[in-house]
Amino acid sequence: MGEVSLIDVSKRFALRIDGNVQTVRALERLSFTVADGEVVALIGPSGCGKTTALRIAMGLETATGGAVTVDGVAIKGCGYDRGIVFQHAELLPWLNALRNVEFGLEMKGMRGAELHDTAMKYLTLVGLQDSVKRRPYQLSGGMQQRVGIARALAIDPKVLLMDEPFGALDAQTREALQTELLEIHARTKKTILFVTHDLDEAVLLADRVVVMQHGRLQEIVDVPLPRPRDDLAKIRGSEEFSQTRYHIWRALHAGAPTLH
Amino acid sequence: MVDLADRSPAANDTGDVAPARRSVPRWAVTTASIIVIIILWEIFGRDINPIFGSYPSAIFEAFLTLLYNGKLGAALLQSVQPFVVGYCAAIVIGVPLGLVIGRFWVAEAALGILVTGGYAMPLVALVPLLVLWFGLGFAVKAAVIFLMSVFPICINTWLGVKSVPKTLIDVGKSLVAPDSVILRRIVLPATLPYIMAGIKLAVGRAVVGMVIAEFFTSISGLGAIIINSANNFDTATMFVPIIVLMVLAVGLNALLGWFERVVAPWQDEIAGRN
Repeated sequence: MGEVSLIDVSKRFALRIDGNVQTVRALERLSFTVADGEVVALIGPSGCGKTTALRIAMGLETATGGAVTVDGVAIKGCGYDRGIVFQHAELLPWLNALRNVEFGLEMKGMRGAELHDTAMKYLTLVGLQDSVKRRPYQLSGGMQQRVGIARALAIDPKVLLMDEPFGALDAQTREALQTELLEIHARTKKTILFVTHDLDEAVLLADRVVVMQHGRLQEIVDVPLPRPRDDLAKIRGSEEFSQTRYHIWRALHAGAPTLH
Repeated sequence: MVDLADRSPAANDTGDVAPARRSVPRWAVTTASIIVIIILWEIFGRDINPIFGSYPSAIFEAFLTLLYNGKLGAALLQSVQPFVVGYCAAIVIGVPLGLVIGRFWVAEAALGILVTGGYAMPLVALVPLLVLWFGLGFAVKAAVIFLMSVFPICINTWLGVKSVPKTLIDVGKSLVAPDSVILRRIVLPATLPYIMAGIKLAVGRAVVGMVIAEFFTSISGLGAIIINSANNFDTATMFVPIIVLMVLAVGLNALLGWFERVVAPWQDEIAGRN
């Protein structure tokens, strides 16, 4: 089971601007649920609070109101039930790819042959079995991001959280990794919540798309594309793709958000 | 799995863009520059009044004299001992202190100002006080060298801790690492390049500290040769310890540079140095 719910999550920051303290409402009673095995995209204009929401779900930040639950249990800080992939891989530069993936497993208490074999298993899953001894600076951007994905998956989380995971990559690498993510999801059946500002990516990868505006939920759009999504090129040309994309686009450009 | 053409230099065997090869190796340019300086010095140095200056061949003769009568060796040994003690103590105390100040805001608020002030302190002015505290022998020399080197080491470490990207700390937190593990396994390795920079910076200051100590406390070692030959107007001999000290400092710096590449090789690649 890997159901994650945001329940009335609010987040306020106090910012000192020009000597005055202003309250910024980053999130305002945000609520939605990602079902077990579902892929949900979180999309919205810059500053809408989607990354904040993801970080709160991960436990890297605390909400000022509301709660996040995984399988009905409220979270307290970070845990092994959730893994995160950052926009820039954020690998530890002094460790090679293998040791980077092993790091999380070591934190879990794994040692010895089991540690090595598990790390190798996930590096093989992302196709990097021949580059395990390379340091991050010896890896391309796409390869680094793959190591980041392997590191997050290796701890076997119930939920995979991704913060604009392919945003820093060039278009071709991005497409390749999108295909790979779909394959990984088909194989591991993980619950995935990812933040993106790319409408195409949201429709291609997700089952539902949560559209945010100004810290609030604007709309949740269903993606009626069947799985497995093998041929992304064909899907891009399909009617359902265009209609869903347009639906999300409209939601992004709508006026005041509808309150749920 | 999609196999992408990776752009890492290690796998680039297509040879379409070779790394820019310098026409002359670096060491050749350095050596040539030193030789040119020596030649120019030799030519123009001979014309200077021997009381005011000297030239390479005379200095070399003086060097050989000092070497063969054992004075240079003995002086070097005398100078090096407090140097090693003071410099190593500066590392052993400076690095952990820098880590603590950088990591805990209370320590930074309390001690930061003292460290910054200590760095700017003119040590020469403090030597009489140090002599009162430590006497005139080995201890005061080690103390002077320690005080000269500890502050840059501490400050660089402190800066390094504060420069650790918050995102790397996030990585540790997201993998449920406790604070002590984050400090030891993420903050410390990330700070290593800064620590090495501080240690290298301190070499020059430690050498200055050593000479100051030898001038103002009991005159011994290389400082003694400098003072005595200056008093005898033997300028050629005076230059010998100066050049020996320069060579020592450069040598130690190079050794630390090698050590830095062994211990923190990723920094060069990230900074794009080659």
